[in-house]
Amino acid sequence: MSEPLEILLTASFWAAAVRIATPLVFGTLGELVCERAGVLNLGIEGIMTAGAMVGWTSVYMGADLWTGVLLAATCGAVFGALHALLTVPLGLSQHVVGLGVTLLASSLTYFSYRLLLPGASTPPTIEAFQPMSVPGLSELPLVGEALFSQTPMTWLALALILVAAYVLNRTPMGLALRMVGENPQAAEAQGISVNAVRMTAVIVGSALMAIGGAFLTLAAFNSFFFTMVQGRGWVCIALVVFASWRPGKALFGALLYGLFDAYQVRLQHAVAKEIPYQLFLMTPYLLSILALILMSRRATYPQALMKPYRRGERG
Amino acid sequence: MSESGAPFVNEAAREVVLRVAGGTKRFGDLVANDDISLELRRGEVLGLLGENGAGKTTLMSILFGHYVADEGRIEAFGEPLPPGSPRAAIAAGIGMVHQHFTLADNLSVLDNIVLGSEPMWRLRSDLRGAASRLREHSRRFGLDVHPDALIGELSVGERQRVEILKALYRSARILILDEPTAVLTLQETESLFRTLGQMAAQGLSIIFISHKLDEVIAACGRVMVLRAGRVIGERPATGTNASRLAEMIVGHEVPATRRSAATPGEPVFELRGVNAGTGGRDRLHDVDLTVRAREIVGVAGVAGNGQGSLARVAGGHAAPTRGQALLFGEDASRSSASRDARGRVARIPDDRHALGIVSDLALWENAILDTANRRRFARFGIIRRREAKAFAEELIERFDIRCRGPDTPTGLLSGGNMQKLILGRVFSVRPRFIIANQPTRGLDVGAAAYVRKCLLEARDGGAAVLVISEDLDETLSIADRIAVVHRGRLSPPRAAESLTRREIGLLMAGQWDTVRDAR
Repeated sequence: MSEPLEILLTASFWAAAVRIATPLVFGTLGELVCERAGVLNLGIEGIMTAGAMVGWTSVYMGADLWTGVLLAATCGAVFGALHALLTVPLGLSQHVVGLGVTLLASSLTYFSYRLLLPGASTPPTIEAFQPMSVPGLSELPLVGEALFSQTPMTWLALALILVAAYVLNRTPMGLALRMVGENPQAAEAQGISVNAVRMTAVIVGSALMAIGGAFLTLAAFNSFFFTMVQGRGWVCIALVVFASWRPGKALFGALLYGLFDAYQVRLQHAVAKEIPYQLFLMTPYLLSILALILMSRRATYPQALMKPYRRGERG
Repeated sequence: MSESGAPFVNEAAREVVLRVAGGTKRFGDLVANDDISLELRRGEVLGLLGENGAGKTTLMSILFGHYVADEGRIEAFGEPLPPGSPRAAIAAGIGMVHQHFTLADNLSVLDNIVLGSEPMWRLRSDLRGAASRLREHSRRFGLDVHPDALIGELSVGERQRVEILKALYRSARILILDEPTAVLTLQETESLFRTLGQMAAQGLSIIFISHKLDEVIAACGRVMVLRAGRVIGERPATGTNASRLAEMIVGHEVPATRRSAATPGEPVFELRGVNAGTGGRDRLHDVDLTVRAREIVGVAGVAGNGQGSLARVAGGHAAPTRGQALLFGEDASRSSASRDARGRVARIPDDRHALGIVSDLALWENAILDTANRRRFARFGIIRRREAKAFAEELIERFDIRCRGPDTPTGLLSGGNMQKLILGRVFSVRPRFIIANQPTRGLDVGAAAYVRKCLLEARDGGAAVLVISEDLDETLSIADRIAVVHRGRLSPPRAAESLTRREIGLLMAGQWDTVRDAR
């Protein structure tokens, strides 16, 4: 059997795919919650960076790992609150505010990191989350390691998919959230406070994005460096469209991306060295674009996405 | 229609459920509501009439908490109503059916109705219980809809039923309907009136806002007229008639549209054995039609029988799938843009918001939006703003568009004023063929009369005019020849004088043979 195919049969390949997908699951879910409520949150890239730094720094300064995750989420919520304040009650352009939040969050992150560790030339490390194995199940061929030998944060991500799907589709709050993203006038006419629902969604969504960032420093790696997030936020925004704004499909999309990425890394080592490695690095993005085109042609956007709502005005 | 009139015996003895005293609301200099007082009794249908901008919608928005009144008191069931809160209005038993439906297309009927009725922090929506309660309401008032259908798949009439059910589901005992019939077909209107009658009989109180005087007289027990933000008067519906109400609304007698005899010239627009449209009900089948210069041809019929396809083919937006459409003797489906550039074809679309104007642009920008005017007010590809604004001001003056000037965002205009803007744009280039699709839909008496006058003047100026309208009185009053469209087929046009209302009614129901025999 040829080497490129053998990769598919190694357990570590599948485990890596799930690991790569995890931060994307958090980020995509966060973005999805914002967009379902009608707010495009382009702050995601910066919020993930900030979450990665805050999570890592907390643990580096002595907090335990879960407190680090919690502090990262809080940091995300604060940036989310800023974004929400500007885009929801003030009704500013969501594009401009989102990019502004990304720039602000990333720059603040670099700045504070430098202040905290002025002398560090090589990034210091922490004791990160370790994979936990479910006895028995993790010994299953292929999927065993992928599903049952992961860090607790991956399991948290998978659980959040279920929670998000349930809340969106089965609870009054989820219905209100979907309604303000579809037709805020209708929600208002039913006695719902559009601004309150939208702001809550953006804050919660941003907290999720920050947890996605924290996964990078607390589970995937054990240190923080500046180019850490590396466009994952933008990938999440594409994944939301790919997923047609549904949590289940978001998981599927993130896993697919994880597979592409894990595969290209292994392929780089497997096949002839004369092919520039940059070509391999491109493939997940190219395939994502292709999948996006195929999947999103029939996507139904939340009708009020990117439309600021002002009371008393007709839509 | 007449049997659905609400029973209103012993009006004075009934309990007052809603009382507005001295309601006043200002928007800057404009007094939208000026010291308005109103009483609504149990089981009563109150008609509220007035021109566009008379303050009807403002008053209702105050009642429902979208706006806060500057002065005045509102009591519902004897309790003062907290201002500015739709939630409080719903809790007080007030339900509102908005003119522009407040429904989300991508969500199901049930989702739209249940929203806001459950505590936010509940862990699970009781959708099954909600569905059964909904069915109960549907049965009680004869409002038939499927709970799991998506709103986007429903017809306008069905969407309105959902809106009404939404209010009933929240235990509304006072129901406000803002121009509920503006978008309905005849049959849908009749079924709405039956529902209103049922609801009033069961003790609900209804405020019915409309432009259509006959409907108000048929559906309401009592009629109240607003003009320029003030209450002008109140009449029991049985003791009044449409022309007297029209006078109250406008403030002076409304001149009946007078039409001189037509002197038709050469054919301008011709359809020969045309099929058009794909799927659905909106298609044409084997249609023949000729519209000549200096005449108005009216196409009557219940909405959705092929009018949309007819308007698209006539406007050059769709090509016939069979047969020929000729405009000025050429194939009409060829390059509509170059034709419009010469300013010879003018369209007055039925959906003003979607096809007529761009609501985010200023009035003056919309005024020069069509190709002909865009060229007129551009030099080297740059808009001559001053000239364009002067042109807009001229339109405002000539067509009596009520607004704050050429820079007003067009979305802020009322329906009637938007229509006047479109008319102004259309007529300023002296078109030779005019397609007017539902030209007076949703307009008040005064504005509608004005639109008809403009169309007649255009005819006398030499234009060929095709009027597609659901309003029978309108068609009879301005058309020289009338054809009726039914399930995509067009009856042979006949001189307006030779047709009675009853005959057109039969044609609209598809009974062409009956009409031919009667002659």
